[in-house]
Amino acid sequence: MQPVATRPVTEPELPPSRGEISAAVIAYLRGTGPLPGEAALAGADPLGDDLQLALYLCYELHYRGFAGVPEAREWDPELLRVRAALEEPFLAALRKGATRHEHAADALDELLVEPVDGEGVSHFLQDKGELWQLREYAAQRSVYHLKEADPHAWVLPRLWGRAKAGMAAVEFDEWGGGRAERVHAQLFADLMSDLELDPAYGRYLDASGAEALAVVNLMSLFGLHRALRGALVGHFAAVEITSSPGSRRLAKAMRRLGAGPAAEHFYAEHVEADAVHEQVVRREVVAGLLEVEPHLDADVAFGVDATGWLEDRLADRLLEAWRSGRTSLRTAV
Amino acid sequence: MPDTSAERPRRIVARREGPLLVEGPVEIELEDGTTVTSDRFCVALCTCRRSRMYPWCDTSHRKHTPTARPASDR
Repeated sequence: MQPVATRPVTEPELPPSRGEISAAVIAYLRGTGPLPGEAALAGADPLGDDLQLALYLCYELHYRGFAGVPEAREWDPELLRVRAALEEPFLAALRKGATRHEHAADALDELLVEPVDGEGVSHFLQDKGELWQLREYAAQRSVYHLKEADPHAWVLPRLWGRAKAGMAAVEFDEWGGGRAERVHAQLFADLMSDLELDPAYGRYLDASGAEALAVVNLMSLFGLHRALRGALVGHFAAVEITSSPGSRRLAKAMRRLGAGPAAEHFYAEHVEADAVHEQVVRREVVAGLLEVEPHLDADVAFGVDATGWLEDRLADRLLEAWRSGRTSLRTAV
Repeated sequence: MPDTSAERPRRIVARREGPLLVEGPVEIELEDGTTVTSDRFCVALCTCRRSRMYPWCDTSHRKHTPTARPASDR
C-alpha cells in the first residue's frame, strides 16, 4: 500500500467577491455585514458569477467550510433563507433552459451514442491541446474533483433496495474501495501535482468562472434536496455514462503532452471504472429507483438534461477562449 | 468486505449488448498466458473485442453517430 501524503485538514480561505450578492454573503460569513437584501437578489443573473459564487459559498459550508467562518453557520436559518432565494432562480433557469426529455430512458439513450467526429473539450485537448490548456482544465475541474462523489452521498438515505445497493457500491469504488491512496479525489490531487498545480482544496475557486461553479452547484443542489433525488440520480448517470470515452481522450492528451504518470492514471482509471459504474448506475440505480418511484421518471430525465446543458456551457467558455488563444480562467494559475 | 463466495455462486450479468458484469475480485488469464487482476466490486468484461484496454470494457461497443455535437460529446 502506498502512503498517502497526509497534511492537516485546513479550511480554504474565503475568495474575493464577484458582485453585490457574493460580497454580502462573504461579509456575513466573516461577521462584518448583513446578508444581501431583496433588491440585490431579485436582479441577479441566475447563471452569472455573482449568484453562482454566493450559492457556492452557501453550499461549501456543508463540505469543508472556510477559514474563520464558525461551523454552526451551516445551519444558520437566515443564511439558509438566502440560499433558498439563490437556488430558486438557478433551478428555474435550469428547468427552462435545459429540459429536453420527459423520460429517463430517452435522455440516457442519447448519451449512449458516441460521435465519430466530436468537437467537445476532451476532443480538443486530445487533438491539439497544449499544456497550459490542460492546466487550466484541471484547475477548474478541481473545484469538483477534490470532492469527487461527495455530493452524491447525500442521496443514499433517500434510496432503497437495488438503487441504494448500487449507489453505495459505486460510491465505495469512487472512494478508493477502502484504500485512501485510491480515493478518486486523491488521484486528482496527484494529477494536479504532476501538472504543477497546487492540490490544496479550494485553491482554484477564484480562478474558476461561473460556468465551472454552476456544474458543482448543480450537484450540491440536487444532493442536498430530497425533493430532487431523481435529478441527482439522473445527473450521476449522465456523468458516469459520458465519463469513459471522455476520460480516454483526456488520458491520451496527458500522455501526448508528457503530463506525468499520475495525471495519465487519473483518466485511465476513469475509463475502466466508469465503464463499470455506467452499467451499475443504469441497471441498478436508475432502474431500481424508477421501479419503486416511477413518478420520478421526468426528474431523472431533468437531471440528465441539466447536466448536459451546464457542461455544454462550460465547454463553450473553455473552447471559445482557447480557440482564440486566450485564458479561460478568471485569474492566472 | 466479507467474502461471500463460499456461501453463494458468483453472479455474472450477461446482456446481448455491452460487457459481461462479473462480481469482483477477479483474476483473468489471457491468451498469451499473462494474467490480469482487479479487486473492484464489479468488473465489466469486454465481449465486442473492440476495447483498447481488453479484457476490461472501455465502452467501445457503443454505437457511433456522425453528428458533430450530440449530448455525449464532452
